[in-house]
Amino acid sequence: MINRDLVIVGGGPAGLSAAKVALDAGMKVTLIERFNQLGGQLIKQTHKFFGSKLQYAKTRGFDIAKILIDDLNGFSHDQLEILLDATCVALYPDKVLTVYQYGKYMKYNAKSVIVATGASEKILAFENNDLPGIYGAGAIQTIMNIYGIQPGKEVVMVGSGNIGLIVAYQLLQAGVKVSAILEAASYIGGYLVHASKLKRLGVDILTNTTVKKAVGEEKLEKIITVKLDEKWQEIPGSEAEMDTDVLCISVGLSPLHQLMSMAGVKMVDISELGGLVPKKTCDYETTVDNVYACGDVTGIEEASSAMVEGRICGLMAANHLGFKHPNGEQLEDDLNNQLCVLRQGPCGEKIRCGLKKVGEI
Amino acid sequence: MSKRDIIICRCEDVSLADIHEALDMGYRDFESIKRILRVGMGPCQGQSCAHLVKNEIARYNKVNPETVKIHKTRPLISGVVLKDIAESDEDE
Repeated sequence: MINRDLVIVGGGPAGLSAAKVALDAGMKVTLIERFNQLGGQLIKQTHKFFGSKLQYAKTRGFDIAKILIDDLNGFSHDQLEILLDATCVALYPDKVLTVYQYGKYMKYNAKSVIVATGASEKILAFENNDLPGIYGAGAIQTIMNIYGIQPGKEVVMVGSGNIGLIVAYQLLQAGVKVSAILEAASYIGGYLVHASKLKRLGVDILTNTTVKKAVGEEKLEKIITVKLDEKWQEIPGSEAEMDTDVLCISVGLSPLHQLMSMAGVKMVDISELGGLVPKKTCDYETTVDNVYACGDVTGIEEASSAMVEGRICGLMAANHLGFKHPNGEQLEDDLNNQLCVLRQGPCGEKIRCGLKKVGEI
Repeated sequence: MSKRDIIICRCEDVSLADIHEALDMGYRDFESIKRILRVGMGPCQGQSCAHLVKNEIARYNKVNPETVKIHKTRPLISGVVLKDIAESDEDE
């Protein structure tokens, strides 16, 4: 059994930010990351971020990852242990975690735990949805932006949220044709600035339209689309064919809730937040003492808010165990203000509504 | 439309037709459907299929999907070789 002040599960924007603040407060931290490098989804984000300078607006996602990782330089191995290619396979109510890395099964006994596991992509139910050539938008970003491989010749995108729009643009940048973007709702889900850019490049966004069927022998050859009425019912006779070798599904994310669910954290199902999310206090503590959660696992949002939430979590975990952050009180106020600003306006409506439904303990 | 060709659970190869047949047979909650069809028991432990199965149960029972409970999450969240657990150094 390995004893630590704090174990953070997930090395994305939330987990990295939490680690930095907790380390500054003097905690001994273990950071567990399932992939072979830190950064989470940021490492596939080739676009410049929106929002505020405080969350690195105008910086490209993978460069933000570098900044967050560099922030962890200079701490001794005794103070900071980073495990890559390591999966936290269980979290128990007494804050024992089991970790699996290169065939080694290890037990950690943590005084506090921050769950920053993020989210995974939702899949869509349609005929032949298991044909090769059908990808999630995250998978496309991984093979294209991390490994430099083109997913195919032409792509139809399903979903016009920000991820769908941004990945469509990245595909164009990579020299892949984007035939169309399908959107089941009657309006475009993501920022209009992204949508307009695609429109200028000749990409049609078809609203009230979804994929009904994939067609192909060994792999995807074409799709059948269908129009939907205002009650999301298929309009008979509105089917149309589109030739394509890649279909990219970008219909939302769902939080990776499993560790908290198994530890007995009180969870609630909130559609606006993507699925099961933890009940938590204003200090981001869940219903299990000294278990905190931040980032997409507490509700699908943006990397910018994940970073701020991560910092708050790191600070709270330190405070509760008596570790003093040199700049604690000021930092707490600043971070809470930053979150409010990020969630202002019409784009923050969904998250505000979702968080209201969760309520605070 | 061929419900047989709509895959709901990729890990255990369960189709929409399988889910609807189970609902018709009287299996109306996630745990029961899991026990006969193995949805949520594969490598991803339900992370991919849970929301789809949940929506089908909600539609059948005419309730809000948010009120449909999914299966209980148990350790471990991914496959671990038994030998590795047995050989882990423990002094307790």
